[in-house]
Amino acid sequence: MFKLKYFELFRTLAVVLIALLLTMLFIALISEQKIETMRIFLTEPLSSKSHIGNVIEMAIPLMFTGLAMALLFRMNLFNLGAEGIFFFSGLVAAAIGIQTGLSPFIHPVLAIAAGGIVGALIAFIPGFLKARLNANELVTSLMFNSILLGVGLYILNYYMRDASAYTTSSYKIASSAQLVRIIPGTRVHIGLLIVLVFIALAYIFVYKTRWGYELRMTGANREFAEYSGIKTGRVIIYVHLIAGFTAGIGGSVEVLGMHPRFDWVALPGYGFDGALVAMLAKNGPLAVVGSAFFLAYIRVGAEMMARYSDVPAEMLAVIQSAILLLVSADQFLKFLKNRMLLKEAEKNG
Amino acid sequence: MDRLLEILFTTDFAYSIFRVTTPILFAALGALISNRAGIVNIGLEGIMLTSALTGVLISAYTGSAWIGLIGAAAGGMLIAAILAFFTLELKTDIILGGIAINAFASGGTVFILYLLTGEKGTSSTLASKMLPNVDIPLIQDIPYLGLIVSGHHVLTYLSIAAAVLVYFLLKRTPLGLQIRAVGENPEAAQSVGVRVKRIRYIALVLSGLFASLGGAFMSMGYLSQFTRDMTAGRGWIALAAESMGRSTAVGTTLTSFLFGFAQALSNALQLLKIPSELIQTVPYLTTVIGLVIYAWRQTKKSQKGG
Repeated sequence: MFKLKYFELFRTLAVVLIALLLTMLFIALISEQKIETMRIFLTEPLSSKSHIGNVIEMAIPLMFTGLAMALLFRMNLFNLGAEGIFFFSGLVAAAIGIQTGLSPFIHPVLAIAAGGIVGALIAFIPGFLKARLNANELVTSLMFNSILLGVGLYILNYYMRDASAYTTSSYKIASSAQLVRIIPGTRVHIGLLIVLVFIALAYIFVYKTRWGYELRMTGANREFAEYSGIKTGRVIIYVHLIAGFTAGIGGSVEVLGMHPRFDWVALPGYGFDGALVAMLAKNGPLAVVGSAFFLAYIRVGAEMMARYSDVPAEMLAVIQSAILLLVSADQFLKFLKNRMLLKEAEKNG
Repeated sequence: MDRLLEILFTTDFAYSIFRVTTPILFAALGALISNRAGIVNIGLEGIMLTSALTGVLISAYTGSAWIGLIGAAAGGMLIAAILAFFTLELKTDIILGGIAINAFASGGTVFILYLLTGEKGTSSTLASKMLPNVDIPLIQDIPYLGLIVSGHHVLTYLSIAAAVLVYFLLKRTPLGLQIRAVGENPEAAQSVGVRVKRIRYIALVLSGLFASLGGAFMSMGYLSQFTRDMTAGRGWIALAAESMGRSTAVGTTLTSFLFGFAQALSNALQLLKIPSELIQTVPYLTTVIGLVIYAWRQTKKSQKGG
C-alpha cells in the first residue's frame, strides 16, 4: 500500500499510462504493421543521437511556456496569453536577428532581451486590467492572442518579408544572432541552459522568497491573502510580468535557436501546449522539466511514426487532448483516494 | 478612397455581410447559452471544426446534404456532451477542457480525414453535398433589397431565426429562466429545486448544437468541402461578440453583425491592397476596449456604492 501523499503522482502516472495504451490501441486499429509501428513510436526517439537531440530541442519551448503557464495557474489566473506572446516575441527577436553588424555575443543577448521585455509588457496589460478593474483575464488574453497574430503578420509581410524566399518568411537571421549549438551532432542550442536556469530561478522564487510566498498565498485564497495584508493586486501584476517575460524569452530563444528565418504564419501552439505541460506538472516549476520532456518524447515519437510508418502524426492530437482532459479532472480516480483516506482513518482511529 | 466607397455601396458587399456573419452568429449564440448557464465554452472553435468535417463526411456517404447537416449537428453535440461530461462529472476545469477540445479538433479532424480518404489537407476527393440557397418569393423582385436579403444560404436564414429563438428561449421559457438562474447563482437555483447539473448539460449541448450549425455552414455553404483548420478563429470571434454583446441575445446578434461587417470589409479591402492583417484585429481590439470600459464603469460604481 502506498502513501496518500504520493497519490497525485500516482494519478498523473495513471493518466500517462492510459494515454500510452490509447496510442497503442489506435496503432493496432490503423496500422498494417502494428508491432513495427509501436516500436517506432516508443523507441525511435532514443535510437540515435540526433533523435535524442530532437526530443531535447522540442522540450525547450515546452519548458518555457509550461513554466509561464504554471506560474499563472498557481495564481488561479486563467491567462492564455503565452500563446500570442511566444509568437510575437519570436518576431521581435527575429526583427533584431535579421540586422547585421552586431558582434556574436551582443546580438543574441540583445534580441532575446528585447523579446522578453516585449513579452512582459504585453502580459502587463491583462494583468493590470485584472488587478485594477477585475476585467476577465481569460477573455482579454485570448483577444490579445488574435491581435498579436494580426499585428505580427502585418509586420512580417510589410517590413521583414524576403520576397526572394519561396514561402512567407523573413530575411535570414544573421549568423551572429543564431544561438550556439551545445551538443555536436544535434541542433540542441544554448536555450537549453537558459531554460534550466529559468526553472531553477522560478523554483527559488516560488518556494524561497517572500514574493513567492505571497504568490502561493494569493493563489490559494485571494480574499484571505488580502485580509492578511498581502497586496494581491500587486502580486497579480508581477506574476503576469514574470510569466510574460518567460514566454517572451521562450519565443525568442525558439526562433533564434531553431529557425533560419522567421516563418510562423499562424500561432505556433506552444502556449496552449504549455497549459498541458503545467497541468501534468501540477504547476510545480521543477516538475515542468519532466512533463515537457514527456510531451516532447511522444511528439518526436509521433513524428518518427509518421515518417517511417502508415500512421499520421496528427493522431497525437487525440492523445494530447485525452491527457489534458484526464489530468485536470479532479474526480478522476478520486474514489481510490477516498478509499485510502478511509483506510488510513480506520487504522489511526 | 473612391474605390473603397464604390465597393462598400454595392449590393454585393451588403450581401456578403450576411454571408460572413452566419458562422460567427451561430457560434456566438452557442457562447451565449453556455455563458448564461455560468460556463465559458472556449471549445466553440473545435466544435465548429469537428462538425464541419462530420457534415462533409455524412453528406458524402449518404448522398444527402440534409442528412449531412444532421450529422454535423450530431457531431457538434457529441463533442459538447463529452466536454460537459468531463467538466460536470469529472470536474475538469472548463477552460482546460475547452483547450483540449480545440487541440483535439485541430489535429483529430486531419487524422480522421486521412484515415477515411488518405488526404490530409482537404476533403476534395469526397463527393460531399452543399446545402441550398433560398430565394424569397416577392422580396427577391424588389430592386436592391432583393439582391441583398434574398438568395442566401439556408443556414444564413436559420442563423437569424436561431437568434430570435434564443432570445425567446432565455426570456420567455422556463428552461431559459432556469439557465439564467443557474448562471447567476447556482446555489440559490439549487435551493429552489433547479437541477443545476442537468441544466448545465442542456446548455452546453445546445451551445454545441449552435456552434455545429456554424461549422456546417463553413463546409457546406461558405466552401463546398472541408479544409484543414477552416474555421480560422471564428470561434474566438464568437466569444468576443458574446462578450461585447454583454451576454444578451440582442447585443450578441448586433455585435456578431458588426464583426461580420469588419470581416467583410477586410475581405473587400484585400482587393485594394490595404493590409487586411490589421483590419482583422478590429473585432478583438474593440472587444478589449469594450471590456475595459465596462470593467472601469463597474469598478467606479462599486466604489461609489461602497
